[in-house]
Amino acid sequence: METYLFLQHYWWFIISLLCAFLVFLMFVQGGNSLLFQLGKTEEERSLLLNVTGRRWEVTFTTLVTFGGAFFASFPLFYSTSFGGAYWLWMLILFSFVLQAVSYEFQAKLGNLLGRRTYLIFLVINGYVGPILLGAAVATFFTGSNFIVDKANIGNELMPVISSWANGSYGLDALLNIWNVILGVAVFFLTRVLGILYYINRINNAPLILRCRRSLRMNAIAFLILFLAFVIRTLLSKGFAVNPETQIIYMEPYKYLNNFLDMPIVGVLFLLGVILVLWGIGKTIFSITYIKGIWFTGTGTVFTIVALLLTAGYNYTAYYPSTADLQSSLTLANSSSSEFTLKTMAYVSMLVPFIIAYIIYAWRAIDNKQIDTKELEEGGHVY
Amino acid sequence: MIESIDTSLVDWSRAQFALTAIYHWLFVPLTLGLAIIMGITESLYIKTGKEFWKYTTKFWMKLFGINFAVGVATGLILEFEFGTNWSNYSWFVGDIFGAPLAIEAIVAFFLEATFIAVMFFGWNKVSKRFHLTATWLTGIGATLSAWWILVANAWMQYPVGMVFNPETVRNEMDNFIAVAFSPVAVMKFFHTVLSSWIIGAVFVIGISCWYLIKKRNQKMALASIKVAAFVGLCASLITAWTGDQSGYQAAKTQPMKLAAMEGLYEGGYGLGLTVIGFVNPDKKAYDDGVKPILYEVKIPKYLSFLATREANGYVPGIRNLIEGGYPLPDGGIALSAEEKIASGKKAIAALDAFRQAQKDGNKEAETKARKMLQDNMAHFGYGYIQDVNQLIPNVPLNFYAFRIMVGLGFYFILLFAVLLFLIYKKDLTRIKWIQWLCLLSIPLAYIASQAGWVVTETGRQPWAIQNMLPTNAAVSRLQTSSVQLTFFLFLILFTILLIAEINIMLKAIKKGPEGEASTNI
Repeated sequence: METYLFLQHYWWFIISLLCAFLVFLMFVQGGNSLLFQLGKTEEERSLLLNVTGRRWEVTFTTLVTFGGAFFASFPLFYSTSFGGAYWLWMLILFSFVLQAVSYEFQAKLGNLLGRRTYLIFLVINGYVGPILLGAAVATFFTGSNFIVDKANIGNELMPVISSWANGSYGLDALLNIWNVILGVAVFFLTRVLGILYYINRINNAPLILRCRRSLRMNAIAFLILFLAFVIRTLLSKGFAVNPETQIIYMEPYKYLNNFLDMPIVGVLFLLGVILVLWGIGKTIFSITYIKGIWFTGTGTVFTIVALLLTAGYNYTAYYPSTADLQSSLTLANSSSSEFTLKTMAYVSMLVPFIIAYIIYAWRAIDNKQIDTKELEEGGHVY
Repeated sequence: MIESIDTSLVDWSRAQFALTAIYHWLFVPLTLGLAIIMGITESLYIKTGKEFWKYTTKFWMKLFGINFAVGVATGLILEFEFGTNWSNYSWFVGDIFGAPLAIEAIVAFFLEATFIAVMFFGWNKVSKRFHLTATWLTGIGATLSAWWILVANAWMQYPVGMVFNPETVRNEMDNFIAVAFSPVAVMKFFHTVLSSWIIGAVFVIGISCWYLIKKRNQKMALASIKVAAFVGLCASLITAWTGDQSGYQAAKTQPMKLAAMEGLYEGGYGLGLTVIGFVNPDKKAYDDGVKPILYEVKIPKYLSFLATREANGYVPGIRNLIEGGYPLPDGGIALSAEEKIASGKKAIAALDAFRQAQKDGNKEAETKARKMLQDNMAHFGYGYIQDVNQLIPNVPLNFYAFRIMVGLGFYFILLFAVLLFLIYKKDLTRIKWIQWLCLLSIPLAYIASQAGWVVTETGRQPWAIQNMLPTNAAVSRLQTSSVQLTFFLFLILFTILLIAEINIMLKAIKKGPEGEASTNI
């Protein structure tokens, strides 16, 4: 494989990995969406908040890194999707702004809006963030309504190359039922992850019992919606690219073929699904088991990586256009130059080091489960 | 009908970006400034073993935490607005511009986000030295993040390390070191970060002085003032030096910005720098001969020295920059704006011809078009300019913002020096006037910092990237009403969050520190 092609694939893998980590780390959002259902007293809500409150910054940073890395490696996606699906992305961003301040502000004197408002902000972000991000990811398989014409740069009066082909600026994504299905599936997945994380971190029997009861229904909802989306995707036509001419065309069973053509990706997907189920199943059937988050979390990362690799690898248009098929974005037509991808690849070698220090730092402050006593000893309480 | 970009779309997109940047910059400098002060006070705790320093650190850390979240939230919006509101920009230069943003997130944000958790939650869980390391790493993470975002901003002022590729219709990076360590980026980093330390210092001193006025927490207040005044004096002296260097760089790379800052329409040799003056409201056009600045007081020869490092050096004014014909430092003669616009239009036409020739498979035409493009590429961005008057930034805004920034910068040098003298030679708890002066100086530090960014950003107009891409060619193709709506949503949201933050901050300050830090002398 020539270097440029390799780098484009390498960067799509990094983007997929970042997106997968982001979905996993959105256990913060999933947990927050259950704040009032699980936390019946102020003390319980405080415990729930402080558990995810020690992690939200890393979720947030992963979102920023996902955006930054996409910008650096596939700038045409950045300009086309963000500049086109304006309202979809703006709603996602609004919800994350609400979340960013709410942990710190909710319990502080003089917070202007009152504690309950900030808790509601967290719940809003818990719903809106995963659903809309999930719907945005679904468009990688279902397509979006945009046109790209690089010749416009030569038009002095209207030089903008990417434009949305309808007036909804991205909200049309929510009119496609399959986008909504994946969005809601991701929402229930983040809830499952949030519950499993609470079970792992909190030492409070009545609260954990409520978490375990809640796990079953959220897991079933996730599984039904996710499987529906996956089956539909595997059986439908996909957006294929002719490697010789770079012409984009519809190919029956494209994503199923991608799994079959790339067995490692297929195995990764199956392994991911098994791990997700294992973590959920063991937690449901064993009332003392608290390590489900490790299996389901790892499985989530594997599954999402595999799904996104099928969207971009094996000559597939990862951001297809339903307005003009040939405007669809592929790894080849939307990536940065070879020089930039190579430079950024050197930077990406820091990632294992970053993961290592995150694990080291987290282990240092997470040496025991959280309860009211631990909060008092901790030094900083949300 | 010929479709064109609506100027109101460009204006509202600029307004939204400015609004986000202004709010973001209310929180970030305090994060940078408090980080250094917390680092020093916690180091003193480790060195002396005195619990007093621990409680002092914890108090400033509490205020740091309140401030931090809103900075993070506004920063997220800022990053994504390059895509949402400046999509053409994102494609045209994303190959270069995206890299610093990604590196910022990978290298700096994770460091900050990981160790801030240790800093806040690890007091009783990790060793003292590990905690101190976490506190410094949080500050280093924030500072590294400033490095990369300022690299990105410096590149917009002084684009280097790239080449235009007509086949992909964008600029592509060919020298990462030139981008990451451009002289403009280095100077901008030190100027911006050090000026943020001034904000941190003034904030700490101002609040400490409030405690002195109220005769509370005197021990912590005096100790904090000593640390902050020392940090503030060093930072303000270096900021003055880097400011002078930035002026010299602007003269070389953005002469129109310097001319706007000075309200200088007619260039010349041996020019003085205006210290005080008023923009003449009767000045309507660059070539109407009306005196631009009234009641001016000047430092003789200093503008020439600032711009050329020679007392009698030549500095072009706005009229000269538009009409050309003045001598360039390399011995050449400057082109007029009209000539640059004509050259830019040739470049754009050549790009069109190149793409057509490629489509037709006409190699000869392709080579000819490529040559024409290369010959005119230096003025490519001028091809999108419709009228020479578009090339003149807002002179009154730049003129006043520059003077506010510089004037307050010198005021802070004086304030820190006087404060250090008083704290070591006199009893500061009894000198009311300086206590009040320091307290009232807190907003001045923010005004100076914002004024600096006003000069940096509005002085570059009409360019999104200097000489390469004007804002009207960088914008996303949206409905103006969508951008108006998000502008007001952000305005309301950020304002509520700002009021909430100030309110929470005031309550925390009123409550004061705990333990030994809450004692009087």
